[in-house]
Amino acid sequence: MTTTSTHPARPAAAAPSPTAISASRTLATAARVLRQLRHDPRSIALMILVPCVMLFLLRYVFDGSPGTFDAIGASLLGIFPLITMFLVTSIATLRERTSGTLERLLAMPLGKADLIAGYALAFGTLAIVQSALATGLALWVLGLDVTGSPWLLLLVALLDALLGTALGLFVSAFAASEFQAVQFMPAVIFPQLLLCGLFTDRSNMHPVLEGISNVLPMSYAVDGMNEVLRHTDMTANFVRDALVVAGCALLVLSLGAATLRRRTA
Amino acid sequence: MMNFASGPPVREGTPTEPPPAIKAAALTVVRGPRIVLRSVDFAVPRGQITGLLGPSGCGKSTLMRAVVGTQAKVTGTLDVLGRPAGDPSLRSRVGYVTQAPSVYDDLTIRQNLEYFAAVLDPGRAAADRRHEHVTRAIADVDLTSHSDALAGNLSGGQRSRVSLAVALLGAPELLVLDEPTVGLDPVLRRDLWDLFHSIAAERGATILVSSHVMDEAERCHRLLLMREGEILADDTPDALRERTHSETVEAAFLHLVDEAVEAAAADAGADTRGNARKETAR
Repeated sequence: MTTTSTHPARPAAAAPSPTAISASRTLATAARVLRQLRHDPRSIALMILVPCVMLFLLRYVFDGSPGTFDAIGASLLGIFPLITMFLVTSIATLRERTSGTLERLLAMPLGKADLIAGYALAFGTLAIVQSALATGLALWVLGLDVTGSPWLLLLVALLDALLGTALGLFVSAFAASEFQAVQFMPAVIFPQLLLCGLFTDRSNMHPVLEGISNVLPMSYAVDGMNEVLRHTDMTANFVRDALVVAGCALLVLSLGAATLRRRTA
Repeated sequence: MMNFASGPPVREGTPTEPPPAIKAAALTVVRGPRIVLRSVDFAVPRGQITGLLGPSGCGKSTLMRAVVGTQAKVTGTLDVLGRPAGDPSLRSRVGYVTQAPSVYDDLTIRQNLEYFAAVLDPGRAAADRRHEHVTRAIADVDLTSHSDALAGNLSGGQRSRVSLAVALLGAPELLVLDEPTVGLDPVLRRDLWDLFHSIAAERGATILVSSHVMDEAERCHRLLLMREGEILADDTPDALRERTHSETVEAAFLHLVDEAVEAAAADAGADTRGNARKETAR
């Protein structure tokens, strides 16, 4: 063990206002999260391949009625990234909370926004890869018939992934263990899945349920996908849907930031 | 005190002495229904190693968490390096090691340290300096040969040394170490204590280190003896032994505990339930 080293003092420039978001700290956090994932290739493979396999299955489940595949397939392109990112983020941030690394980071000059943006950036990158593969497979291999631009599909998928990241981060604050975190998936995601218009048009639902579905973000994700499915150009409805999903993601992210406490009991 | 950079600083109480690194007055911490710290007062001098000793559950970790600013429900006065504890400007000046190693198990030792170094000293311009700090911190805790091993594959003692290395990054002015030597073999323990002494002597850093192993007390410049949320003594090891006519710090601690228990019993007898808890030390 070397005991003779004399460390240079910490540079004063290293301590700007810790509440402000710092691009380099955010990037360092995103790079760290991706490095952690790289040591876990099986998780990456599951995250990226499972949606593709599901789409493939779905295509041949509706082998006799390609119209049904078009409607459901487009919606699922928006739902898969939401679910995957929800699961991954809730477990990853729960680990961060229970391993003591969160306490350590918050005792360091790291802003909460740096941490959250870092996570969003890392998982957003992964979501782009996942969505691009799933969209490409659906459109060019499985013959999903979409009127609008595939880029718009990808955009909605990315916003959905962000929403999933935001929800996962928020929910991890209420889970004491990974068991509980996984149980939050059915609690938070399934009701939205039932009410989002995937199984039947939202206008066909009981008025109370339709009212509820109007305030759930996943409904707008699916509506947005359906706009792209039916129209060649960007409609006003599409813009509204995309903005609602993005707004929800930002709102939940800031709620999630409030659950990161520097001081705990 | 003279301005000598090397040699353990032993003098105290001279009026020209710099202000203490940590100063607490009437510090109280409540966790749920329990009062974990009961209005404690103490001071930790700069540039020295202060040992925080006491049985498990006596409030050592809570006191340390209050010092680094991660403990909620802290009342009283607590100044760290001249600022209130938890002040944002302290976050890069205080290094903290929790009792359980807090590192990423799915990163290598070097990757762990690189990330924390980037949080402390961000930006591309600092990359070379960071690399140097990381390499040195790994060498300080004697893990150079393992630097590319995943933290999750290390032994318990090795993981806690990675955690310690993170706190050494960037040369903090105050190091708060919660039981850093638990579960380490005697050789490593000795080496770590040598490291602590060299950090204090060469950099003038202040170290607050907790332990429930009393033989480590002899290696500290000053001691805070704790029991049940109160500080029984705040003195040098020599003065403690002398005052209690004991051979070892352990015997001195037991002597002080007996005294405290007797005093409490006498109080309880004198006025039933009046002021059952009284300051017993000093």
